[in-house]
Amino acid sequence: MSQIGAQNAEEGIGTDIPDRAPRRSQRRQQLADFWYYYSVNKGAVVGLVVFAIIVAVAILAPLIAPHDPVLQDRSALLVPPVWMEGGSWSFLLGTDAVGRDIFSRLVYGARFSLFVGLFVVTLSVSTGVVIGLVAGYVRGWVDALIMRVMDIILAFPSLLLALVLVAVLGPGLVNAMIAIALVLQPHFVRLTRASVMAEKQRDYVTAARVVGAGPIRIMAMTILPNCLGPLIVQATLSFSNAILEAAALGFLGMGAQPPTPEWGTMLAEAREFVLRAWWVVTFPGLAILITVLAINLIGDGLRDALDPKLKRS
Amino acid sequence: MLAFLIKRIGLLIPTFIGVTLISFFFIRLLPGDPVIALAGERGLSPERYAELMRNFGFDRPLYIQYLQYLWEVMQGNFGRSIATKQPVLREFWALFPATIELSVVAMIFAAGLGIPAGVFAAVKRGSWFDQSIMGAALVGYSMPIFWWGLLLIILFSGILQWTPVSGRISLMYFFPPVTGFMLIDSLLSGQSGAFRSALSHLILPVIVLGTIPLAVIARQTRSAMLEVLSEDYVRTARAKGLASFRVIGIHALRNALIPVVTTIGLQMGVLLAGAILTETIFSWPGIGKWLVDSVFKRDYPVVQGGLLLVAVVIMVVNLIVDLLYGLINPRVRAR
Repeated sequence: MSQIGAQNAEEGIGTDIPDRAPRRSQRRQQLADFWYYYSVNKGAVVGLVVFAIIVAVAILAPLIAPHDPVLQDRSALLVPPVWMEGGSWSFLLGTDAVGRDIFSRLVYGARFSLFVGLFVVTLSVSTGVVIGLVAGYVRGWVDALIMRVMDIILAFPSLLLALVLVAVLGPGLVNAMIAIALVLQPHFVRLTRASVMAEKQRDYVTAARVVGAGPIRIMAMTILPNCLGPLIVQATLSFSNAILEAAALGFLGMGAQPPTPEWGTMLAEAREFVLRAWWVVTFPGLAILITVLAINLIGDGLRDALDPKLKRS
Repeated sequence: MLAFLIKRIGLLIPTFIGVTLISFFFIRLLPGDPVIALAGERGLSPERYAELMRNFGFDRPLYIQYLQYLWEVMQGNFGRSIATKQPVLREFWALFPATIELSVVAMIFAAGLGIPAGVFAAVKRGSWFDQSIMGAALVGYSMPIFWWGLLLIILFSGILQWTPVSGRISLMYFFPPVTGFMLIDSLLSGQSGAFRSALSHLILPVIVLGTIPLAVIARQTRSAMLEVLSEDYVRTARAKGLASFRVIGIHALRNALIPVVTTIGLQMGVLLAGAILTETIFSWPGIGKWLVDSVFKRDYPVVQGGLLLVAVVIMVVNLIVDLLYGLINPRVRAR
């Protein structure tokens, strides 16, 4: 990737650098290479397909779900799934204790989980990368201060810190997401800082500086693109982590509040029926597991494709 | 080694100060006035309010309040629980052994299964055994453990009726705590069946808590082992004609374990976080359940003190791991 830097140097001082992006054919080649390495990992391809299905389900939720996810049907309490005795085709996966269709709730729940992942990753990546870039580029006391603050956040078990933060902010999905983003963000700071420190010494950065690029340009346009690999892998892992932690907070009663069809919250409501109606408990957890597993499979594939240093031999 | 030790402890001081700052400000960030919250529904006269503000030191500047708090904390005074009126530290020490027992047994479970599984997967690389172990590890790593716990309860406590649903020991048995560790205390008590009961209460929580560390350790052991197996000294050992299990079990494993030990240490923090969920599901009377309950009861002195104590425990565990790592891997000390 350092040919980008070399190109910069060739352009010479004072001239406007016209098109820094690699040409289209080159980019297509990169994409093909990426896909080649990614698709070697069969699990990663399966993960991607499953994830695509979940995204489709979330987007098309109103078309797929046969019932309103919060509608209570008093005539159908704890109806078992369709293949069991007493099951009904109108409630594929059965109903919960207040007669809500579990399948419809799961379908809508996909929206919440994906939204949580997306929101948390966007927030923690954007803040974490900026802070990490500054720490790694500026060094000195700024760096020391930032890293100590990150150490402090990492000194707490993440779920405990998120739980306490939500207690301060008040329970709810948005506050849970903010808390989780804060807890996950140090990983991005550390990762960005480490890559920046490694890249900063390279010739292409010196070249960019010689050409007269300012610190912000060097940080954002020259160094950052070359640190992206590990960051994308970490972002994928954080996506699945965020879904798990949000579900855990929901399960503890501190995340999304009932009657929101969030998967963790559904499990919390189902807890007392553990020994009476297994389906109320089983399906929301299965949905969480499948989603998280699919994303982690993608993460493994991305690591193989993007980050040769971390590659599992 | 001593220089390494001093440097490492020196790094802890700012972190400790930061952690105390967080736990100090936590209680001040909460919505509402702490004195009014303490007074409850009865309300307060303005004079009484001012008196209480003075008693708690809330009328003094913030930095004085913080220094006061730090001073108290250094002397082991973490405040008193609103619900039980007990000192927070005493409650912590009473419940801590339950969490330690659960975590340590969970770690033994995870390492005891994870290391051999990782070694075999590496040795039989690419086989169906390797693939199924790694598949299982990925599922374990992705597991929402609160759900996993509920599933195990449905199967083992509900359908099979093999294990109890909650608690540390059957109510039939009673003996004074000696060590605080139920497995040891039940043996010391000499009551027949007590140890069995303690063990059957422990088994599901251990599986639930140990699942993620088990998956992480198996994956880490496998990749460390694969790296080591391609080293020259392993080839030399093979060339010398050493038996295969000697090469793998002694020459390779010893070096492969170095990163695994670090992983195990780092998983202790994960375990303490996992204990929050595991203890809640199984009503295990440990630190995790205590903190969750206190958050819900708005027993803020407990949350504040518990948060700080848990962070200190994790810092100490990480320090020990680093020192152990320095002992087994001399290259680290030089850095």
